[in-house]
Amino acid sequence: MADTHLDRDVLNALQEIMEGEYPTLLDTFLEDCETRLQQLHKAQSAAQLIEAAHSFKGSSSNMGALRLAALCCRLEKSATHSSKDDIQQLITEIVSEFAIARPLYEEERQRFLMDR
Amino acid sequence: MQPQVQLTILIAEDSAADRLLLSSILRRQGHVVLTAANGVEAVDAFRRQTPHLVLMDAMMPVMDGFEAARQIKALAGETLVPIIFLTSLSENEALASCLEAGGDDFLAKPYNQVILAAKIKAMERLRRLQATVLEQRDQIARHHDYLLNEQRVAKAVFDKVAHSGCLNVAPNIRYLQSPYALFNGDLLLAAFTPSGDMHVLLGDFTGHGLPAAVGAMPLAEVFYGMTAKGYGLAETLREMNAKLKRILPVDMFCCATLLCLSFQRRSVEVWNGGMPDGYLHRIASGERTQLAARHLPLGVLSPEAFDDRTEVLPMALGDRVFLLSDGVIDTRDANDRLFGEQGLQRVFESNRQPDALFEEVQQALRDFGGQARDDVSMVEISLLQPAQITPPALVYSDSGQSCPLDWSVSFELRAATLKRFNPLPYLLQLLQEVHGLRAQSGALYSVLAELYSNALEHGVLGLDSSLKRDAGGFARYYQQRNACLDALQDGYVRVHLQVTPTGEGGCLTIRVEDSGKGFDVARVMQRPVDDIRLSGRGVSLIRQLGRNARWSDDGRSACVEFFWEALA
Repeated sequence: MADTHLDRDVLNALQEIMEGEYPTLLDTFLEDCETRLQQLHKAQSAAQLIEAAHSFKGSSSNMGALRLAALCCRLEKSATHSSKDDIQQLITEIVSEFAIARPLYEEERQRFLMDR
Repeated sequence: MQPQVQLTILIAEDSAADRLLLSSILRRQGHVVLTAANGVEAVDAFRRQTPHLVLMDAMMPVMDGFEAARQIKALAGETLVPIIFLTSLSENEALASCLEAGGDDFLAKPYNQVILAAKIKAMERLRRLQATVLEQRDQIARHHDYLLNEQRVAKAVFDKVAHSGCLNVAPNIRYLQSPYALFNGDLLLAAFTPSGDMHVLLGDFTGHGLPAAVGAMPLAEVFYGMTAKGYGLAETLREMNAKLKRILPVDMFCCATLLCLSFQRRSVEVWNGGMPDGYLHRIASGERTQLAARHLPLGVLSPEAFDDRTEVLPMALGDRVFLLSDGVIDTRDANDRLFGEQGLQRVFESNRQPDALFEEVQQALRDFGGQARDDVSMVEISLLQPAQITPPALVYSDSGQSCPLDWSVSFELRAATLKRFNPLPYLLQLLQEVHGLRAQSGALYSVLAELYSNALEHGVLGLDSSLKRDAGGFARYYQQRNACLDALQDGYVRVHLQVTPTGEGGCLTIRVEDSGKGFDVARVMQRPVDDIRLSGRGVSLIRQLGRNARWSDDGRSACVEFFWEALA
């Protein structure tokens, strides 16, 4: 896969912007992700799916989780014409990707606090 | 990052992390940040704190970005509040909807600081531009109101100047003027001379509005001043022309028709410089004589080149002179056709009742369907019986306590002076120093004028007064008069004035002598003292207005007296 789990350059830029607030940003993002995943699971219609996937895509791309963003993009585009099974498959992939990305963010958080 | 102007920026974004990130970016750029998590909060925050700029997420719960943008734009009204949509929408349609909803630009996710800063800067430039435009617009509107008000005040002053004559009180004048006609350069003045003649001026200054009307003030002053002192048309015209030539810019002038209507002599003297034709209607024959422009407008020629020659035409009782400005002729209808001279002629042709002509012209203009113009002026002046015309009483500013009561003075006016100088206003001013004579100013002036013109025209110039028995003869007489006067080399007119006290009152003796051949006094005296005729030496008038009128030295010397009683 060409997409990285976590783009180092983006993280550096974020760190530079946020300075002391960097950990807060990471925490806020991780909280958001939990909420988004819930929304994906609970979605009743294609419209709700698209909305949730769209928002998730946006914040993931801002935070450098490029693979996660790409998966959300695929879900957003195919929600209307895919089968229930295909949709479920995509959601599962998203959950897995987040499971990989999450510890990487926590690692990043630790590293920042240690370096200070 | 270069320092920028500090703005207050509202961020409307439902993702907490994105909101936090964006806030930090903006704070680092030096701005004050407000946040909202959905459309409703965004509109609310805008209402309360009026930020300079809004960054709006397109997809938000409760109220989405599009609706929030619409509401915020409505609240902003005339002021520009730039809205930049934050979006990871990629389809063109979706991007287009951002702009349609009133967005001014959009920023894609992931956020790029540099691009964001550049867009904010660009939007700020636009915002300032809009603010400047509104400010200037308001300034212009204020200035415009101020100018309009100034014009209103100026117009009030002009109206006073123009209407301080006898225009509204003389029973023989009918006129029509658009409300802003004076303000657009149309001037209509009328005033009585000391002898009861009437001077009327219809003028049309070049241009419109204030510049056109400004010349009216000095012109009116000259007109009223000289008319009241008894100056004739020629002198008044020379003075008006010289004044306008002196004070107006090179490309400005005043077209004018000037009339002197004499109820006693039953004639009208006309000078038309550049105005449309006037018309003299003779009631008895139904004939209409054109009073065409034979001169250049006032203010064009230098005093040396100015031509003050007038035409004199006889009038009968009930005859009327009709003058109009070119606003009448130039009136256009809905199809842009001109009312024109033809329109006017049509009204003249179909008129049956002379008294109704004025109204008929007015009606024809209205019917023509033209838009009311700002420069329409019309005036109709009728010749009535002298008794029907009562000039207003002159007002004096002194008490008369120090007036001269016992004196005499003699003048001899020789050829060179006779050609160019009218002594009558000066003589009248002199006589008005005598308090007791003031009440008879009108009669005094008429008699003096008659004696002087007899002495000059029939005496010195040798003109035959019987020429004046018909309209054609009238014209020839005045042509001859001007020719003879131009060629005059010798001759004189002497005027003696003597004031002596008699008991409580006094007596003025006027004697006028000329160097002419004289006339058959006995024959002229035989004519009954009745109404005035076109010809004759005005002997009747002198005998009627003065006392003990007598002629001697074969008619070369005329003498008449005026008396007054003690004043209360």
